[in-house]
Amino acid sequence: MATQSTATFVNIGERTNITGSAAFKKLIMAGDYAKAVEVARQQVENGAQIVDVNMDEGLLDSQAAMEQFLKLITAEPDISRVPVMIDSSKWSVIEAGLKCVSGKPIVNSISMKEGEAQFLEHARKCMAYGAAVVVMAFDEVGQADTKARKVEICERAYNLLVGIGFPPEDIIFDPNIFAVATGIEEHNNYAVDFIEACREIRARCPHVHISGGLSNLSFSFRGNETVRRAMHSVFLYHAIPAGLDMAIVNAGQLDVYDTIDPELRTACEDVILNRDVDAGERLVTLAEKFRGTDAVAEKAAEEWRGWPVEKRIEHALVKGIDAHVIADTEEARLAVAARGGRPIEVIEGPLMDGMNVVGDLFGSGKMFLPQVVKSARVMKQAVAHLFPYIEAEKDENSKGKGRIIMATVKGDVHDIGKNIVGVVMQCNGFEVIDLGVMVPWSTILEAANENNADMIGLSGLITPSLDEMVTVAEEMQRAGFTMPLLIGGATTSKVHTALRIDQAYEGPVVHVLDASRAVGVATALVSDTQKDGFVSQTAAEYGHIREVRAGKGQSALISIEDARANAFEIDEALKPHDPKQPGLHVFSDWDLADLRQYIDWTPFFRAWELAGNYPAILTDPVVGESASSLFADAQAMLDQIIAEKWIQAKGVAALWPCRRDGDDVIIHVEDEKHIRMPFLRQQIAKREGRANMCLADFISHDGDWIGGFAVTAGHGIETHLAQFKARHDDYNDILLKALADRLAEAFAERLHHHVRTELWGYAEGEQLTNEALIKEEYRGIRPAPGYPACPDHSQKQLLFPMLDATHHTGITLTDSLAMWPTAAVSGFYFGHPQSEYFGVARIGRDQLEEYAMRRGVDLATAERWLRPNMD
Amino acid sequence: MTLNDSGAETAFRERAARKVMIFDGGYGTSIQKYGLSEADYRGDLPLEKDQKGNNDLLCLTRPDIVKAIHTAYLDNGADMIETNTFSGTRIAMADYGCEHLVHELNVTAARLARECCDAAEAKDGIKRFVAGSIGPTNKTLSISPKVNDPAFREVDYDTLKEQYHEQCAALIEGGVDFLLIETCFDTLNAKAAGMAAKEAEAASGRSVPLMLSFTITDMSGRNLSGHTIAAFWYSLRHLKPLTIGVNCAFGADRLRPYLSELSKIADTLILAYPNAGLPNELGQYDELPEQTAELIRVWIEEGLVNMVGGCCGTTPAHIGAIAKALEGATPRPIPTLPVITRLAGLEPMHIAA
Repeated sequence: MATQSTATFVNIGERTNITGSAAFKKLIMAGDYAKAVEVARQQVENGAQIVDVNMDEGLLDSQAAMEQFLKLITAEPDISRVPVMIDSSKWSVIEAGLKCVSGKPIVNSISMKEGEAQFLEHARKCMAYGAAVVVMAFDEVGQADTKARKVEICERAYNLLVGIGFPPEDIIFDPNIFAVATGIEEHNNYAVDFIEACREIRARCPHVHISGGLSNLSFSFRGNETVRRAMHSVFLYHAIPAGLDMAIVNAGQLDVYDTIDPELRTACEDVILNRDVDAGERLVTLAEKFRGTDAVAEKAAEEWRGWPVEKRIEHALVKGIDAHVIADTEEARLAVAARGGRPIEVIEGPLMDGMNVVGDLFGSGKMFLPQVVKSARVMKQAVAHLFPYIEAEKDENSKGKGRIIMATVKGDVHDIGKNIVGVVMQCNGFEVIDLGVMVPWSTILEAANENNADMIGLSGLITPSLDEMVTVAEEMQRAGFTMPLLIGGATTSKVHTALRIDQAYEGPVVHVLDASRAVGVATALVSDTQKDGFVSQTAAEYGHIREVRAGKGQSALISIEDARANAFEIDEALKPHDPKQPGLHVFSDWDLADLRQYIDWTPFFRAWELAGNYPAILTDPVVGESASSLFADAQAMLDQIIAEKWIQAKGVAALWPCRRDGDDVIIHVEDEKHIRMPFLRQQIAKREGRANMCLADFISHDGDWIGGFAVTAGHGIETHLAQFKARHDDYNDILLKALADRLAEAFAERLHHHVRTELWGYAEGEQLTNEALIKEEYRGIRPAPGYPACPDHSQKQLLFPMLDATHHTGITLTDSLAMWPTAAVSGFYFGHPQSEYFGVARIGRDQLEEYAMRRGVDLATAERWLRPNMD
Repeated sequence: MTLNDSGAETAFRERAARKVMIFDGGYGTSIQKYGLSEADYRGDLPLEKDQKGNNDLLCLTRPDIVKAIHTAYLDNGADMIETNTFSGTRIAMADYGCEHLVHELNVTAARLARECCDAAEAKDGIKRFVAGSIGPTNKTLSISPKVNDPAFREVDYDTLKEQYHEQCAALIEGGVDFLLIETCFDTLNAKAAGMAAKEAEAASGRSVPLMLSFTITDMSGRNLSGHTIAAFWYSLRHLKPLTIGVNCAFGADRLRPYLSELSKIADTLILAYPNAGLPNELGQYDELPEQTAELIRVWIEEGLVNMVGGCCGTTPAHIGAIAKALEGATPRPIPTLPVITRLAGLEPMHIAA
């Protein structure tokens, strides 16, 4: 939820004021708007609650600069979350600014300098645009200097404004802060005049605010930041209680009154309060002592600039900061090149990683669309930088695998996914003709014809785009097209593609799940050998989807009550006996040679994108050779891992008494510690005789046992990975990670075996081959949170403390509840022989709402974790 | 300057003080049901571009359908209907090459709605209100469509305001009671539209109060330009609208927290018209009339709204169910707010007095 700030004193950022900041002026005059935007960001980060923007400079087209800058910061949610103060002495510049700023800004300033008529005309316009306004204490005679003049002018302006219906709370008076300690005696009382005027104005003009430009005050001490800061702080200390409630200040450069050097503070106070005629002289003398002690300077380079380049790129993408992205991308490119990699890996690695973070944050509502658009911009700049390198490299390889027309369909402006797909396609040798967003079908068809395209890719994010895609398909059909049509984007689905789009067009139609699939699909579609098979296979799949749909209509959900009435009923007679060794068991260093026997190799090959089952894969006609070679390398490394003990396999398992309570299992962890572990139930309408399963069904109401475990085989690999990296040895790096994953899985399997035969001991005589283990031909299951039978990852938040898993195994949980090290497995043990794996699949809101309560989290949190099960 | 008062605002406020008023429902969904061909849309107008989907054009080519939908909503209990002019600006009509029809289209649309309301009033003596629908257009003043050039804008404030003005003036000429700037995905667009509406009102010499409706485009509760609902309200409060509210976005259940927030800070009437839930994977809305009505009843229990209706996916049956469910319901009291400064960036900011 948005933070609402209710301020009692408002810092207005002054560093984007060209008249006050030489650095900002230099950037604007040089046209370096990217850095200028960074100045605004820093201000907000440093606590500015309003950003003052002023472009008044004789040598500048102030109006154009104002428009340009305001539009740029509009695209920066970190900046534009706060209101803007449009600051100019020229009304034309102010009005141009008002046309660029949404939200409710402040106009700075209007005054009666040119008379009442113009003052009121400007005030009316501010009202029409919906802006608050700063009124300078300035009239036809001149600027107000004394208390009496300040009060007189402000009160007159107040009465005029309220008279035309101007909301009094939207009036901010600036009664002029003038320089003191200038050596001119008439100036000595300026600060006192200001402070006293504040008090009077607030009394006479209800609801108004008072602001001032603080830097004027210390004008005599230019170059002596220490003294200036002290003067500003002391001034505020006295003016705020009198009614000053806003000031244009450098929010990062104010001292705490109490921490100012006492001697300096007293000297400043004497000047500001005009305590005696020599006060100014004393401060001037004292100031020399503080000259050069300026500890402030500019804040050292922001912390994130010191991070590793991948992190910097991710940060830049997530925050949408493009100031350094070219340099960082170049650094990443050089780093990749240095280890023998290709420029494309910068995209596939850090850039895509960063965009994935962006995607996750967007998906979970932690980022919103303007930020994502900004991230895409950073992405594009990075890719643009890499493109020549990728192009140069491409010549050596294949040239032009195929030509694809890509477009976000009419009515839709979302193109991030499409752009990513485009990048990935281009990087893989396809020629991409990107028609942009909001593209009508006629343009798409024309472009496809003119460019002799091989295929068309459509993208869209909002739901109406689904219909538009059908229209494009219909028009392609009408125009006699035969080329493949690819469908992608967040709301698209295989089901919709099969039911609607595929039906509208006789040519091949393929739904592409994500960017990573796009290349494979496109490659198949331009391949002489693969195309026909792929097309007919896809068509058959879609035909099947349609049949299934036609058969059952919408996969109907039943109410949670009805689902519960159709629960699975276990045979109480088969309930396993009590465990032989209940309680917690810690295994701090399981024998790796033992685990090796339990490795399931098929997923290992899948990780290397080699399809097939072990051991048949070793003799497969297509991948057999590379699979065998990989397997030999893996065995050699395993030998070394075991001999040199690279990995420490740590695990914990526990068996607890429990009982079932509805769909929850109440687990007695210790005497006084009972944990309610809620489980989800299938709600899809089932055929007669098939139960709506829930893991709790496998637990008896009359008292039972349940287990939990967490294992890892990830400790120790980091140093070896680092060594491989240092040698630019990607292959062994990936190999070791993949083996660690396998060992962790093997550990889970081995420990489960140990539990069945020893700790719980209900399967004492179990003699199973590894093959049988892999096929899960044993009694009992070990489902893991986040997987189909218990899809709520957040159950780990309950399970881990129960096991004291982090302490015993060193596994920690990330914010998104992923386990670290990644080579880790955790889950539950169910011992009943009838317990089996199943998928919860789609659930209804009724269960979600109830589950949130049972789980003890708010609805939004539950929904976030279970979103994949809600659609 | 004093404006002629048609009495609509007074009548509206009086009724709003007594009951939760009923607004109409979606037009797109209702039009879809007719399964119209391009020829239906086009009629006998000499137009170059494909007109399929140009729903507003039906005011000219198939007024019978537009009136049938208006009437169906009135028959189901709507106190107010909106004109079928969501895309009736020059800039939106450019997609269909219909810029030259903007004036005629809006005047006609307003007259069609007026006729239907007058007919309903003739039957039972109850006044019905016409709101001129003003959509957000398909261009945004806050977001660059070119990701490499964030300062670029496809349209500028003055151009957009001028085009809103043209639509507002035509709707007023056709006899609408109020102007409804709806589905505001871009707050600056809404500000330009609001200014245009005020200027068109002044030029017409007749009082035509404004209604404003925010929409939410992501799960963080913001519109496309990134404003929270409070920031949106503060950005437009100077227009002193007759109603402020939310439409489209989600179903009634997910809108509730935002209405709850708005209800506390809006010192004017609140109109909300949600979608019939979220669309399914085929882009259709499955929520049944009774379900929508039930969800809206929750709003009433919490005193969040003064007028409710439906947006995408809602039908006359939904409005009928809502009207039935809200019979005798107590409308939300308008709160009195303390006098403090309310500013906004993408987020609201208060400065205490």
